[in-house]
Amino acid sequence: MNTLRVTILAAVFALAAAGCSSTKLEEKPAPAPEAAPAAPAPGPAAPAAEPVAPVQAPPAARIDPLNDPNNILSHRSVYFDFDRSAIHDSDIPVVEAHGRYLVDHAARTVRIEGNCDERGGREYNLALGQRRADSVREHLKILGVGTGRVETISLGKEKPRNPGHDEAAWAENRRADIIYK
Amino acid sequence: MMPPEPLQVRAYNPPPMPLPAAERELPRSNRVLAIFSRFAALRAFSLHVRDAARGCVAVCQGVIVHAAVFRTMLAAVLAGALVLECGPAGAQMTIQITGVGSQQFPIAVANFHTDSPLSVDLAAVIRADLTRSGLFRIVDAGTEPIDEMARVNLGDWKSRGADSLAVGSAVRLADGRIEIRYRLYDSVKGAQADGVAFISSGTDLRRIAHKVADRIYETLTGYKGVFATRIAYVVQYSPNHYELQVADADGANAQTALKSREFIISPTWSPDGTSLAYVSFETRRAFVYVHDLTTGARRVVANFPGSNSGPAFAPDGKRLAVVLTRDGNSEIYSMNLDGSNLRRLTNDPSIDTEPAYSPDGAFIYFTSDRSGGPQIYRMSASGGEAQRITFNGDYNISPRISPDGKTLAYVSRRSDLFQIEVLDLASAQELTITDTVRDESPTFAPNGRLILYATEVGGRGILALAATDGRARARLSGPNGDVREPTWGPFSK
Repeated sequence: MNTLRVTILAAVFALAAAGCSSTKLEEKPAPAPEAAPAAPAPGPAAPAAEPVAPVQAPPAARIDPLNDPNNILSHRSVYFDFDRSAIHDSDIPVVEAHGRYLVDHAARTVRIEGNCDERGGREYNLALGQRRADSVREHLKILGVGTGRVETISLGKEKPRNPGHDEAAWAENRRADIIYK
Repeated sequence: MMPPEPLQVRAYNPPPMPLPAAERELPRSNRVLAIFSRFAALRAFSLHVRDAARGCVAVCQGVIVHAAVFRTMLAAVLAGALVLECGPAGAQMTIQITGVGSQQFPIAVANFHTDSPLSVDLAAVIRADLTRSGLFRIVDAGTEPIDEMARVNLGDWKSRGADSLAVGSAVRLADGRIEIRYRLYDSVKGAQADGVAFISSGTDLRRIAHKVADRIYETLTGYKGVFATRIAYVVQYSPNHYELQVADADGANAQTALKSREFIISPTWSPDGTSLAYVSFETRRAFVYVHDLTTGARRVVANFPGSNSGPAFAPDGKRLAVVLTRDGNSEIYSMNLDGSNLRRLTNDPSIDTEPAYSPDGAFIYFTSDRSGGPQIYRMSASGGEAQRITFNGDYNISPRISPDGKTLAYVSRRSDLFQIEVLDLASAQELTITDTVRDESPTFAPNGRLILYATEVGGRGILALAATDGRARARLSGPNGDVREPTWGPFSK
């Protein structure tokens, strides 16, 4: 199992690195550290920033796309209206990105956790959270991800991410999280 | 383990107003008494121990006494996630009365005459019980005890505004037990209305005070009293500390039945009062358990793929309705208590949840959002066509049926306030009975006169009481933790 996971991780890193090799580096070399705006200029005669060394690809380029803050795959949550389990239109691209990723990475499996805000009953919210999680699974299924790779559970209203009692907190807690196993 | 000790009740023959001399006993050796006896054994170590350290010692001693409980507890500790306990939960609840009935019985309850100091102030427990019901107004009886045999001038009490007077004595018997004698006088008629004696082992004094309050309540209102019943509820102390507790109906004598790092919801009593069914997330999945309170033994009865929740005992105690998502969305099933003979009762693409049997066992009331938002429906207990019951408001959940089957209590969202409604099923007349606005989980007292529910006040979860007719309210609050998911146990036999 661990070997499998290591293999998968290695594959993911390799893919990430391969992907990065084709991304464009900045045309202009990065400024030398001395040019940091916070440092006072040594004097009027000081030259403008000049290239001093070739720039290496930053280590960040090898990041797992799932953990790359600039990649949509780093978004793992989708949100819902009160007492509803339809995914917001604005969150559909998130589900679709994960659907594509899962289609491309047939060994990966996910758990979807459905959550609710604090209003209403615990049992009803447990059922509603389940339906929210199932709603994401159905969308992934349409994208070609077999339901056997997607486990769904409900946390109901029992595990609020935001402990507040206002609409902002409730909106954050009406949520389904996509968790890679 | 001590054998269950039956309560003995004996009518008294006071000189002025003789009663029949026949002795009578409550039914012997039922299992509910066994629970009390077991808890009483634990309390023998811990009665009136208020500080946590000594309470903990009491728990340990109690567990060692009960080898079966200890084995189960050890197994649970080894399993890691939770601890089974049988000990006192420590903190007592306090009660704040927030509304009283418009018609109240004025009653004086004199301090009991005692020949030696008692660990429980019997009259204080009785007064608190009667007050909490909302149906009584306590008339000051002074501090001087009145012996049960004393000749009282009922005219005086009537002129002081007390239509009734309760007096009593506690007498230590030669064998060490204590006899609690009580009389209730009707000062308007100038006659005795009730008179009875209880034998106490000394560890169940509070329970006997509740029994006396029950008799006063029944004599004056015509309804059975519920002060000697028990409740269960869940307390969340921190994000990873949940406890399922069982307490007297007034919140005293709390015992922890289950301690877990994960949430516990939907506890419900078996009809015979020996067990609780509930949903525990201790395995990081919602499973249904049945927990025998007399032995501490518990077993999972529903652990199907998906979510398992919403347990409800059939009135005969032989079947359990549950909510499963094993076939897709939330559907209601029934099964035997050992998990066998599973039958699917609903088949609808919407949420079907929160089953509740009618007291005659013929129907199941439940919550469904098949009309768009959640509403209460009713179907045969064997499934089939459902009939919609609630129509006011767009969010009606958590149906509970009164013990006489005539009244539905539920939670309704109106203008974003969540309150307890009661619906007279014959007349369709509806009444909001609470003054709190984040109400959940109503549960009827076994006499149907009161509803206990969970709500939130000042950012904290508490339990509260409301009279079913909406005329009285009270709040129960412990010193810490979020209290929720109450369930009121049956009459003790």
